[in-house]
Amino acid sequence: MGPGRPKPFRRPPASGSDQALALSRRRFLGAGAAAGGVLAAGALPAALAGGNPRNLPPNVPAWSRYLGADVDAHPYGMPSPHEKDVVRRSVEWLTATRESSINFTPLYALDGIVVPNGLCFERHHGGAPEIPPEDHRLMVHGLVARPLLFTVEDLMSFPPESRFYFLECAANGGMEWRGAQLNGCQYTHGMVHCVQYTGVPLKTVLEECGLKTHGKWLLAEGADAAAMTRSIPIDKALEDCFLAYSMNGERLRTEQGYPLRLLVPGWEGNMWVKWLRRIEVGDKPWYHREETSKYTDLLENGKAREFTWVMDAKSVITSPSPEVPMRRKGHQVLKGLAWSGRGAIRRVDVSLDGGRNWTTARLDEPVLPKCLTRFYLEWNWNGEKVYLQSRAMDEFGYVQPQFAELHKARGVNSIYHNNGIQTWLINPTGEVENVRLG
Amino acid sequence: MCAWAERAAAAALALGVALAAPAAGQRYGLGTPATAEQIAGWDIDVRPDGAGLPPGRGTAAEGEALYMKRCASCHGEFGEARGRYPALMGGRGTLASEDPVKTVGSYWPYATTVFDYVRRAMPFGHAQSLSDDEAYAITAYVLNLSEVVGYEDVMDAKTLPAVKMPNRGGFVADDRPDTLLGEPCMRECRGAVKVIGKARIIDVTPETQATSGGEPARSPVAAGAAADAARGKALWQQCAACHSLEPGEHRVGPSLHAVLGRKAAAADGFDRYSRALASAELVWNEENLAKFLRSPQDFIAGTTMPYAGMGDEADIRALLTWLRQASQ
Repeated sequence: MGPGRPKPFRRPPASGSDQALALSRRRFLGAGAAAGGVLAAGALPAALAGGNPRNLPPNVPAWSRYLGADVDAHPYGMPSPHEKDVVRRSVEWLTATRESSINFTPLYALDGIVVPNGLCFERHHGGAPEIPPEDHRLMVHGLVARPLLFTVEDLMSFPPESRFYFLECAANGGMEWRGAQLNGCQYTHGMVHCVQYTGVPLKTVLEECGLKTHGKWLLAEGADAAAMTRSIPIDKALEDCFLAYSMNGERLRTEQGYPLRLLVPGWEGNMWVKWLRRIEVGDKPWYHREETSKYTDLLENGKAREFTWVMDAKSVITSPSPEVPMRRKGHQVLKGLAWSGRGAIRRVDVSLDGGRNWTTARLDEPVLPKCLTRFYLEWNWNGEKVYLQSRAMDEFGYVQPQFAELHKARGVNSIYHNNGIQTWLINPTGEVENVRLG
Repeated sequence: MCAWAERAAAAALALGVALAAPAAGQRYGLGTPATAEQIAGWDIDVRPDGAGLPPGRGTAAEGEALYMKRCASCHGEFGEARGRYPALMGGRGTLASEDPVKTVGSYWPYATTVFDYVRRAMPFGHAQSLSDDEAYAITAYVLNLSEVVGYEDVMDAKTLPAVKMPNRGGFVADDRPDTLLGEPCMRECRGAVKVIGKARIIDVTPETQATSGGEPARSPVAAGAAADAARGKALWQQCAACHSLEPGEHRVGPSLHAVLGRKAAAADGFDRYSRALASAELVWNEENLAKFLRSPQDFIAGTTMPYAGMGDEADIRALLTWLRQASQ
């Protein structure tokens, strides 16, 4: 999947500044360029404060008088209907079909570091199959003493462990290599999620099969109609690869690989084979379609890097962002997410002037390796233009680069592994937009 | 046995606990042996050195007709691609250009990978439906589209690994990190800010309301046929990659909205019908649709629908039951 030649969408209608501000964050994309309007100091626009006065003090609303829903109304609970617009969204022009396609996590609407299961972005290559768990098997064979078939129940009988990891598609931000293209942090950065997985270390299962010493590579294969395959070096497999059957306390969601997914922590999402049905141990890589024709990074000289596995340190400010415009002047709390596939985030700096000067943000606990990390910065907005940037650093001294550095090192045709520093422009109207700085 | 162990064993017996006895070397005794036959059924991967290639053979000449039937509706008759499906020809000499085109001929380093992928995942929507000979023949045809092999060259377990791909030397090891490491600048790190691009000007961001994944509204299912319709809806997944049920929403194949009772090759705004279907002079009633679903090529020789056919009569009935309701 790559940055396609954009098909023009209907241009949003222009609107006046007051009107633009009156829009809720969910209508942000419909708001056109607002000209010249300025927020009154400390004023909260009435439409955003919202609410029906009859439900506000000193009045007593109906829900305080009459009974609410019974305990059986929602055997599986869903978010409040008032949050119905917080959903995964896709970009229609990106891919040929919806079965081999991608959608995006609404990062702008999330708090903390755990992404709810139903909001974790999806990337399928042959659709998401519904597999009865009793009809699923994991086959482990090749350079092992005992080729074995495992039922899901077998795998659940190994001593379980739980781990938090982020998963990022290598193409996250792929549409932004040449410049600012999509006006929303859901689309520029939403091919990432982070959940708590439960399962068994792959090492345990390989040892159960009697891994042979000349086994140097694994081939992991999915049971979907794409029969997704990736080659994985044995050192990584034994270091921290993991077979997960649960996420955030419940069984994996269908679209995340139910009933079994391979985790390859810190490495590109394409390797995290869903609906995992087979692991073959071999002595060489397989050079299959995904690791040659797809997830290789084309450089300016026409050569391509292969086996570009690790996801380098990256960050994005989720609020404010194009989806979360400014609501008032004065004191603000900026929120963002940072992550590194090499280990833990050590520091995040934020710039209010397009990268000229930087202030270190506060990292929220917990700060875990190969996991989303939440950061905050308190600041004051006086209503002027602000060029927001964030810059992540990990425990190994890796510093998230500016786009100019990335372009110098790789050109603009890499598609994958774009971890350049994002700029959000805050306009005096309060609108926030995706811009690229020269 | 020491006294402690004896007591523990006695306690285990008293509790009715049986200690599992894993096979030699196994720590947990989980899993069952995978037989050679079971492994053979799933182990379809192929490596560049030829490991995993099955017996069989094929040439581009043999693959051409098959390609037209099973591949051309997405990839184009000459590999030029339809819509946003991948092109299978051209692109040589473009990798260092402004607009690189990555194809089998311009980019893929190994010919074995083409066979592996075709056999495991193609045609899109009906994977693992090709025989090994067919996979060899289609691989040969795709390689021939890029002029990597000749029209009559035989591709088999011996010749395929020996094919020299044009971009074989085009890959280098990952040498990241390729940008600044260490302590970054904190003060006066750059000059004046200059905006060189705005996403709002490009204007390709989806409208807020354009949510993904929402099921379009469908007609209610008649009670008597509910089970059939539910089964049919699941079967529809085999069609949904290429056909929509929304009026006028054409994909690789035409929209099937209101298909029942419609003349064949007559969906408004769809201009990619095969000559065979366009000249077939038939109306899509349930009888004709059943024949077509059973074996598209047998019913309309020369149709470009790549689907190989639905073997189970009950499946065909279920799909038609659902289609009757959902296509209205």
